[in-house]
Amino acid sequence: MNSNSGYNGLFDPMLAPGRTLDFAQQGLSNKTVGNPFSEKAKMSVRNLNVYYDNKQAIHDVSLDIKRNEVMAMIGPSGCGKSTFLRCLNRMNDTLDNCRVEGEVTLDEHNIYDRKQDVVPLRARVGIVFQKPNPFPKSIYENVAYGPKVHGLVSRRAQLDEIVEDSLRKASLWDEVKDRLFSPGTGLSGGQQQRLCIARTIAVSPEVILMDEPCSALDPIATARIEELMAELSQNFTIAIVTHSMQQAARVSNRTAYFHMGRLIEVNDTRRVFTNPEHELTEAYITGRFG
Amino acid sequence: MSKAKSKVSIANNLNTIDLVQRNLAKRKRAEWRFRAYGVGAILFGLACLLILFSDIISKGHGAFMQTQIYMEVTLDSQRLNIDDPTSDQQIRQANYDSVLAQALIAQYETGSTLSENTADSFKPLSALDKRQLLNLISTGAVYTIGQRLSDNPQLLNQTVGFWLIADDDVDNYVKNIEHGGKGFSSRLNKQQQEWVNNWMANEQVRQVFNSTFFTSGDSREPEQAGIHSALVGSLYMLLVTIGLTFPIGIAAAVYLEEYAAKNRVTDFIEVNINNLAAVPSIIFGLLGLAIFIGFFDMPRSVPLMGGLVLTLMTLPTIIISSRAAIKAVPPSIRDAAYGLGASKMQVVLHHVVPLAMPGMLTGAIIGFALALGETAPLLMIGMVAFIVDVPNGLMDPSSALPVQIFLWADSPERAFVERSSAAIMVLLAFLITMNGLAVWLRHRLGRSYQ
Ligand SMILES: Nc1ncnc2c1ncn2[C@@H]1O[C@H](COP(=O)(O)OP(=O)(O)O)[C@@H](O)[C@H]1O
Ligand SMILES: [Mg+2]
Repeated sequence: MNSNSGYNGLFDPMLAPGRTLDFAQQGLSNKTVGNPFSEKAKMSVRNLNVYYDNKQAIHDVSLDIKRNEVMAMIGPSGCGKSTFLRCLNRMNDTLDNCRVEGEVTLDEHNIYDRKQDVVPLRARVGIVFQKPNPFPKSIYENVAYGPKVHGLVSRRAQLDEIVEDSLRKASLWDEVKDRLFSPGTGLSGGQQQRLCIARTIAVSPEVILMDEPCSALDPIATARIEELMAELSQNFTIAIVTHSMQQAARVSNRTAYFHMGRLIEVNDTRRVFTNPEHELTEAYITGRFG
Repeated sequence: MSKAKSKVSIANNLNTIDLVQRNLAKRKRAEWRFRAYGVGAILFGLACLLILFSDIISKGHGAFMQTQIYMEVTLDSQRLNIDDPTSDQQIRQANYDSVLAQALIAQYETGSTLSENTADSFKPLSALDKRQLLNLISTGAVYTIGQRLSDNPQLLNQTVGFWLIADDDVDNYVKNIEHGGKGFSSRLNKQQQEWVNNWMANEQVRQVFNSTFFTSGDSREPEQAGIHSALVGSLYMLLVTIGLTFPIGIAAAVYLEEYAAKNRVTDFIEVNINNLAAVPSIIFGLLGLAIFIGFFDMPRSVPLMGGLVLTLMTLPTIIISSRAAIKAVPPSIRDAAYGLGASKMQVVLHHVVPLAMPGMLTGAIIGFALALGETAPLLMIGMVAFIVDVPNGLMDPSSALPVQIFLWADSPERAFVERSSAAIMVLLAFLITMNGLAVWLRHRLGRSYQ
């Protein structure tokens, strides 16, 4: 609680939103309030700093993600949620200008270890992107691609089984079982996103990262995916970035609030939305900036 | 001051929709003009194309027909110098010129039944007349006679009717008359014209499809000249160029786009590739001359050399267009594949290259089409030689279609001008076929990725 003492005198709910933002940009501390750490961590992030060229996008973030929980990450746009998420399966390695410092462990093993190969890592930590991005191939090929590149199956029948199972888990099977061999790009936006989820599940990852998976979808498609996440959390650990606080409140167990590259607050979701510890969190969830 | 005020008040009196209406007509006119510029540009392009095509076709279509003259030739064994009709050697080396000359002259000196007009004006032919008469038949005609005799040796000592290739001047004269002209521009003299007129009156003259044009190499005699060797030479060069450029170009583009770090060295390479694409083609000919011929001591005028030089010339274009095609692959597809744990090579081979392939093909085909029509660099490496034989491989001296066109267009004979236009038509047909192939391939590849 003392970390936010610096703002106490300045914080005034009557201030104009512009003024609030001004204040929010001054002298942020790197200290996180709430409970970022856990005994049952599936993934642990310690002192993570991320730079694009020379611009720092993540400042000294430490956070644990518990086994089989849904961890939501919220915050104003540009605060580094996606950057943080992409560090968890080293997707940032594909960017030339991105530099990562710190430690990220998966089952107590540092994934930024020199000897760690990204290929098996990404098989264990899958990712679903903001915009549905099915390959311009058939629905079947989309789901079968992961198992194929990892050589998970040797027989066609096994592959068929994985495809069906994944599509069922992504609650897409009934809608596409009659047209498995038509292009995945011909599906509706919501179906495409569920196809992408099925494609990710097909590799049987342990952790699924989702970067605003519903922001390109209509409310009905969003509701289906939210339902799906509740089911998936029984088998997978999920970290989801969302710009919708309602969504975070509906689907997650814990919520992390990011601000300007800092992790401000981590708490149980209910706590964050009913009784935030930090006034920046409060300002955000009451809609004063974002 | 008051003016400005009144304007404002006018604007205030009209409501928004009226203002919009007032501007609408102007906007529509501007819209219409904008479209008209586009249509105008396309019409201009089409008109140029139409003029080009109609000019080439009107000049060149004649070359696809050839004039033949009917002549009855007595295959007299004495004149032919054949003692032993079973000897191939003797039949091959027989004196066909003599029997042909005899047949031609006989028409006039003996008052041949074929010609009634000449029977009246019968007079012995002078040596000059004889030579002029012989000039009306192509020097290639003896091969027609010789071929027939070696196929049917029993024809020896018989009188046989032949359709013989006419000389190019006769060909020209006949074509001109048949198209309603009077043969004015003909290079035949009065006497020769009369002879040809007689033959025409006797229906001893016909026009047939000019297969010689497609089956022969170059020749000093236009009526015997063809594009076969040049076409085959061009094809070999194109094979070398495609075979080298496509894999090298794609490999370079993939490496530069997907693997190479973005630093000074790659910037330098990129600038150089862009510059090379703008280097005049003749410079590549000089380069080929200096390196392949001067340094590696490779033979001149062979398709392999031509192909290598054209490879140097096309490579930068192909690399640039392939890189553009690779850049155009949506990053979301790459992300999707990497996110599933595909390795870099898998991402490249499974997604980037298949998705970029249509774009790369388009660039490549344009490059190959330019290479196919390229003349200047080939001149530098000696592919401008007079080649009669059809090349049998990459190391046989050969010509190339555009070089052949260049050579013929440079010749004074009218018949060569006609043939160069015809060769241009063949070249264009070749290019259109290639483009058609590219469209088809693009379609196929686009589907096969799915
Ligand atoms: N590829 C990149 N290159 C340079 N800067 C980037 C890149 N991606 C993100 N950034 C910057 O990093 C910061 C965090 O971005 P991001 O993680 O995408 O935010 P969020 O997902 O929370 O909206 C932003 O200031 C953004 O401009
Ligand atoms: Mg984002």
